[in-house]
Amino acid sequence: MSAYRFLVNGTPAEVDVPGMRRLLDVLREDLGLTGTKEGCGEGECGACSVILDGQVVDACLVPISQVEGRIVRTVEGLSLAARERGSLDSLQEAFLEHGAAQCGICTPGMLMAARAYLDAGGDDDEDRIREAIAGNLCRCTGYTKIVDAIAAVAHAD
Amino acid sequence: MPAEPPIDSPRKLFEAYAHLAAGPTRPIAGGTDVMVAITGELGPIPERMLDLSRLDELRGISLEDGALLLGAQTTYAEIRRSTLCREHLPALVEAAATIGAAQIQNRGTIGGNIANASPAGDTLPVLLATDAVILVGGQRGEREVAASDFFVDYRKTALAADELILTVRIPLQRGRSLRFRKVGTRRAQAISKVVMALAWHDLGTAGWRDVRVALGSVAATPIRAGATEAVLEGAQPTPEVADRAAETLAGELKPIDDVRSTAEYRRMVSARILHRLLRDAGGW
Repeated sequence: MSAYRFLVNGTPAEVDVPGMRRLLDVLREDLGLTGTKEGCGEGECGACSVILDGQVVDACLVPISQVEGRIVRTVEGLSLAARERGSLDSLQEAFLEHGAAQCGICTPGMLMAARAYLDAGGDDDEDRIREAIAGNLCRCTGYTKIVDAIAAVAHAD
Repeated sequence: MPAEPPIDSPRKLFEAYAHLAAGPTRPIAGGTDVMVAITGELGPIPERMLDLSRLDELRGISLEDGALLLGAQTTYAEIRRSTLCREHLPALVEAAATIGAAQIQNRGTIGGNIANASPAGDTLPVLLATDAVILVGGQRGEREVAASDFFVDYRKTALAADELILTVRIPLQRGRSLRFRKVGTRRAQAISKVVMALAWHDLGTAGWRDVRVALGSVAATPIRAGATEAVLEGAQPTPEVADRAAETLAGELKPIDDVRSTAEYRRMVSARILHRLLRDAGGW
C-alpha cells in the first residue's frame, strides 16, 4: 500500500491503496464516484471510459500507480463548470435532446469518449464521430442518436 | 475484482533492471493486455509487477541512420499522430489504427504488442515484413534480436526474464513498397482473424526483390510465408503469378479453428487478401 495523489474533476484526491488497484475501483469504491460504470472489465465495452491527461482511457485497464500526479475527468466532472450556470454540459444536453440514452449504462463512457473527441478539436463528420466512439458499446440506441447528439455539439461549438 | 500484487514504479532504466534481476516480476506498460491477464482466471497471479510507464528513456520516435526508431513505450495513438511514421511507414500507422479503439490506442504500446507476442498482434506482421530489429536490455547488457527470431513459439519470445524491450528499429529502404491488411469481425475493437503485411522492391523487368509476406492469426506465432515469398521473388505481379502465389499461400498456411474463426476461412481469406494486394500492385 502506498498513497497516490492525483486530481479528479479539479479536486485533489489521495488514496492509500495497492498500486495495482484499477482506477475504476478507486473511483467507484474508494472515492464514491459511481458515475463511471463497469461493463466487461476487460477493455471491450468502454462503459468505464474516463479522461486521463486529456485522453480517453478504459478505467478498468489503468492501475492507480500510473495515475499518480495526473489529471482524471469523470462524468461527475462533466457538468461541474456548467452547473454554475445551472445547466449540464453541452454534450449531456444534446444526449437528452436527441434521445441518445436508453438504459444508461454506456452513457457516462459515451459522454467521456465524445468529450475527449470534441476537446481534441473533433468535428461533426459522421465517420470520425463513429471512430471516436468505436470503443464504446451501446446495446439500446443503435448509435444513430448518439452520433447525432455529438455532431450537434460539434456543430454548435 | 482483479488481483492487486505489489508494484514497483522505477523512473530509471537501471532501477528497472535491478527489479528484474532481483526476482520474478511482471512488466506492465499500457496494461491493455496485462490488466486482463492477471485476474487469476488465465493463470497464476504474478508475485510482483514492474511499472514501465515512468521510464522516459523508453519514449519517443526518431529517425536515425535510415531507420525509424520507436521507444518501447510508444503508444498506438502516438504512432498514428507521428509525422515521421506517417511519412515513412504508413503501413504501421494503418496497423496501429486497427487496434482496439481510442481507449486502447491511447494506452497500448508497441513494446507491449511485441512482448505480449499474441499471434494476432497487429503490428507484428509489419515488423516481420520490414526486417525490424528489437533492441532488448538488462543488467547483463543490451542486445539486438531480429523480429524474425523474436517470436519463438506460442506466446514465447526470445526475451529473457531479466530483460526489457527498449527500442524497435525499422530499417527504411528506398524503393520498398509495403501494404497492410487486417480482417476482423468489425472495423474497430476486433481481434484479427487474419492480418497481413506485404513488402517488396519493384525492379521493373527484373521483377520483385526482397519480397516479404508476413501474417498474424494463422499460426502459433506471427510468421513469414517462405514458400509464397519464393514464388513472388523475381516475379512480376501478373494474374498468373497472383494465382500461383495465392494457391501457394493457402497450401503453406496451417491455421487452426478457434473462437474467432476457422482454419478454412483463415486460409481462404489469407489467399484472397494476397491476391488482391498483387492485383492492386499489378494494376489489372
